[in-house]
Amino acid sequence: MYWNKEAETMPREKLESVQLLRLQETVKRAYQNVAFYRDALDRRGIKPDDIRSLSDVSQLPFTTKQDFRDTYPFGLVAVPMNRVVRIHASSGTTGKPVTAYYTQKDLDVWAELMARVMTAGELRKGDIIQNAYGYGLFTGGLGAHDGAQLVGAAVVPSSVGNSRRQILLIQDLGVTALACTPSYALIIGETGRELGTDLAKTSKLRVGFFGAEPCSEPMRKEIEDCLGLKALDIYGLTEILGPGVAHECMNQRGLHLAEDNFLVEVIDPETGRSLPPGQKGELVLTTLNKEAMPVLRYRTRDIVSLYPDTCPCGRTFVRMTKITGRTDDMLIVRGVNVFPSQIEDALLRVDGLEPHYQIVVDRDSHLDELEVWVEVSEDIFTDEIAPLETLELKVRKELESVLGIWTRVRLVEPGTLERSEGKAKRVIDRRDLGKR
Amino acid sequence: MAAPVSRIEQVSVFLENRPGRLVEMLKVLEDRGINILAMSLADAPDFGIVRMVLPDSRQGVEVLHEAGFTARSTEVLKVEVPHRPGGLVDTVALPLSRAGLNIEYIYASVDPAPGQAVVVVKVRDLDAAEKALAVG
Repeated sequence: MYWNKEAETMPREKLESVQLLRLQETVKRAYQNVAFYRDALDRRGIKPDDIRSLSDVSQLPFTTKQDFRDTYPFGLVAVPMNRVVRIHASSGTTGKPVTAYYTQKDLDVWAELMARVMTAGELRKGDIIQNAYGYGLFTGGLGAHDGAQLVGAAVVPSSVGNSRRQILLIQDLGVTALACTPSYALIIGETGRELGTDLAKTSKLRVGFFGAEPCSEPMRKEIEDCLGLKALDIYGLTEILGPGVAHECMNQRGLHLAEDNFLVEVIDPETGRSLPPGQKGELVLTTLNKEAMPVLRYRTRDIVSLYPDTCPCGRTFVRMTKITGRTDDMLIVRGVNVFPSQIEDALLRVDGLEPHYQIVVDRDSHLDELEVWVEVSEDIFTDEIAPLETLELKVRKELESVLGIWTRVRLVEPGTLERSEGKAKRVIDRRDLGKR
Repeated sequence: MAAPVSRIEQVSVFLENRPGRLVEMLKVLEDRGINILAMSLADAPDFGIVRMVLPDSRQGVEVLHEAGFTARSTEVLKVEVPHRPGGLVDTVALPLSRAGLNIEYIYASVDPAPGQAVVVVKVRDLDAAEKALAVG
């Protein structure tokens, strides 16, 4: 099932000519309307007319998250502000958020892309979809909402939280589809079990659209088992659009990237060079159809590889693997972006610690737990417990103020954590080890 | 009641809470033929602190450092108390409370003379405590 068969099954050759036209248009508009891009291209001695083939994209400079921060709030907007009809912001808790701007046409395209996502999961008019993504600045809530509404399904805008009521609505309304983060899907399933309700048996749930967080295969299986639905992985990011950039079809073998709207590259994060299909590297995206905020070669920091073959579903768009890692070690913990460097900064502000630490992320009964192990400096150690407990509390408060989430702090003996010679393994993520 | 009181050095060791860590530490002492004269283990959720009186504190700290332990020596008071009901009250607890001093911790030794008990007492102000105990 396709929402836009012509686009989604476009022959490769035609797709590439559409992409080239749109790329040229995008570069031209970015150059003309965004000082940041004009400067960046001028510095490289590139003019929009130099883009004559798709491979010429490699001449363009990369855009990074830092560029979004440096140009905050309006520096990347390519239209007069009176054409902007919506503004979203990323979920980051520190410093400046990443803001994203949309014209009415951008919202229409976004809704169409989400309608494609949901149609790929066989959602249609007559379905009732419960949207438990958070509504608000986060792109998940309204993004999924608009797509489902375009499809013609009835949307229950339940937003995130209050799991008992979510379950009540799923049962009483005969909800057939669910959209939320994978960890919240597990919480709903688990809460159902606690209430003595097996949603796999008692609900009409058939399909779920889960994104904004990594979801391993075992976790997918658990979601499918406890909710009795087919769990589809969806991908997106605020800088580029929001959800709808890539999604699985019913084959669940890779996420189709909406190539008519985004130019896809996978690069070696060290050298910046393009990698052939099948090789793991950093996903780089260029928007091809965005008005308010076109983005050239955005370095997502997500590690993926592209499938070299085509999908039996008939979509011609290239597929990528699930996100297998991050180039910057960014962690998503309970929906919040956490960088190890933030943790390091916080630790440096506390006296009595060695500059060695380890971050352990675990998923305890479906909720992410962040634990930071730090070495106690011998100087602070005496014969009493109180100073160590005070130290622990100080570290915890410092981390909480920086990250915005509660963390567990564990004091360990000096010399026990790995020393940072080159790339220290600062992060142990136990969530993807197949426990779920 | 005044009690024989003296200042001694104790060795404290920071131990992570994990099975076997105490064994490793005790083995280090055993291997060097170091006997433990008094000992207590204080516990926090994630770690513990072992406090011990060893025949030679400096040697003890050195040996533990070599083996990779976080150890240091600190001063405490050693008090001989009569081994009878109320002995600790009369000789230690009451004098210190009268002097307005808090006891941080207290633990007992394993090797007292007959009819005697020996306790190790930690008070922040050792001078004041020593005075209070000497007066009784």
